[in-house]
Amino acid sequence: MKISRQEVDRVARLARLKLDPEMAELLTGQMNDILTYMDKLTQLDTSGVPPTNHALELTGAMRPDQARPSLERQQGLANAADTDGQYFKVPRVI
Amino acid sequence: MDLHYLTITQASDLLARREISSVELTRALLQRIEATEERVHAYLTITAEQALAQAEAADQRIAAGEAGPLTGIPAGIKDVLCTRGVRTTCGSKILERFVPPYDATLVARLRDAGMVMLGKHNMDEFAMGSSTENSAYGATHNPWDLAAIPGGSSGGSTASVAAGSCLYAVGTDTGGSIRQPASHCGVVGLKPTYGRVSRYGLVAFASSLDQAGPITRSVADAAMVLQAIAGHDPADSTSAPNQVPDYRAALARGVKGLKLGVPREYFVEGMDPEVEQTVRRAFAVLEELGAELVEVSLPHTDYGLAVYYIIAPAEASSNLARYDGVKYGLSVRPEDGDLLDMYYATRSQGFGPEVVRRIMLGTYALSAGYYDAYYGKASAVRTLLARDFAEAFEQVDAIVSPVSPTPAFDLGQKVDDPLQMYLSDVLTLACNLAGLPGMSLPAGLSQQGRPIGLQIIGPHFAEETVLAVGHAFERATDHHQQHPSL
Repeated sequence: MKISRQEVDRVARLARLKLDPEMAELLTGQMNDILTYMDKLTQLDTSGVPPTNHALELTGAMRPDQARPSLERQQGLANAADTDGQYFKVPRVI
Repeated sequence: MDLHYLTITQASDLLARREISSVELTRALLQRIEATEERVHAYLTITAEQALAQAEAADQRIAAGEAGPLTGIPAGIKDVLCTRGVRTTCGSKILERFVPPYDATLVARLRDAGMVMLGKHNMDEFAMGSSTENSAYGATHNPWDLAAIPGGSSGGSTASVAAGSCLYAVGTDTGGSIRQPASHCGVVGLKPTYGRVSRYGLVAFASSLDQAGPITRSVADAAMVLQAIAGHDPADSTSAPNQVPDYRAALARGVKGLKLGVPREYFVEGMDPEVEQTVRRAFAVLEELGAELVEVSLPHTDYGLAVYYIIAPAEASSNLARYDGVKYGLSVRPEDGDLLDMYYATRSQGFGPEVVRRIMLGTYALSAGYYDAYYGKASAVRTLLARDFAEAFEQVDAIVSPVSPTPAFDLGQKVDDPLQMYLSDVLTLACNLAGLPGMSLPAGLSQQGRPIGLQIIGPHFAEETVLAVGHAFERATDHHQQHPSL
């Protein structure tokens, strides 16, 4: 077993997902199949091989730090489930 | 004359000569949508009124002599690209009512070029899939055979171009999502070099792999659309500053004297013999046209799928953390619940099974204790894959290969086996990992009447070579002129 049902539940919590028991069982099986397939990468010696995180050799893009027009507040709030007209509203945090 | 099967080039000529107006053309396309949508389901949103208003404006521009090649041409946009004032769902319930306050840069550029937008195309949820069966709004059907998948994730877009319910489309490709469905629907699909087209306003799936590109009925059309959308964008720090060449001028270069590499590892076990035969016939055509075909080796090909299905879900798990029910999208707030309850309820009700699977895989691969074994290892092997291509391109100008191991499979055939589904991308995803441009174009039909594509891959920023090879092949064949009997 690459990944146990308990680990699947732990990963789901990290990802803020609630899985019903059937889905958790199904995912445990499927993730085991997929992770077992991934094992083939261990056949390769990658010592001394640098990682690629980006396909092009671009350097960080810089620009002058100048204030520019941005989204109007009302447009920014327009897609939210709840606002007080100025801010996003969320359920209690603590 | 079927207006709905015109190429951009043909339609643009007719508009310039005033033989048709953009309003007439747009009306014809809206009728075609009405006649085909019930069977094909290529669109998630149809913007008929806005399209007609844009067509009127385009006709005025044409009358004033201020038109470009895309002015007044009706198109569809994949629903992963933000369109100001037009809902953008990404094929997901979590964005069912999301109306972007801005246009993606490439959409804005097409609007400036005079695009008539017919609507938004169906797709696998968050572009995760190879069949459009992962759309929360129902699958798209392949116009060549309604029992078949159109491919994915840009399956709505490729099916629409094949069905004649738009003249061109723009899709996105993270592991093959333009090229594989283009192959299955018998149309041209071009994934440009990573960074060639701005990703600003492209809803992120895997940021180091995502790239938008044209889906068209001819290679010349692909060149025209790419011309309009390519180029640096200050709003996307990963967009490339390289100058944009004249892609249309490159079309006529031909293939004489070009060396084209055939990767021996791309004729994989389990490949459908009809795919191999069709693609080898295409190679023979290119040879007759004066190209020299040589065998090349991409020795790490067999590891590509494992690398991709670690890196793409890892990036997705991070990108999709933003769907939290606060600023936009679905928000489920259980009574007396706190913030955490909202996160759980929103995300569990909003995401479909494939998206959940990939978030889970990615979260696992990035989690403490597993990061080095999965993400770290995959990132190193990604370097080896990129080096394979760099070495091959020391010997050849471009690489030619099949696009997908099989023609389109039946709807429902692979939905229960994710790993089998992932194998659909085995010949396309290395392009994304290495950031290379790749194109699929029609190369023939299977005996069952399902299209088979030819893939052309070039070095970084060698879209001109890819287009020139494709154009030469297209001129020597008539596959691109065939349409499904729909």
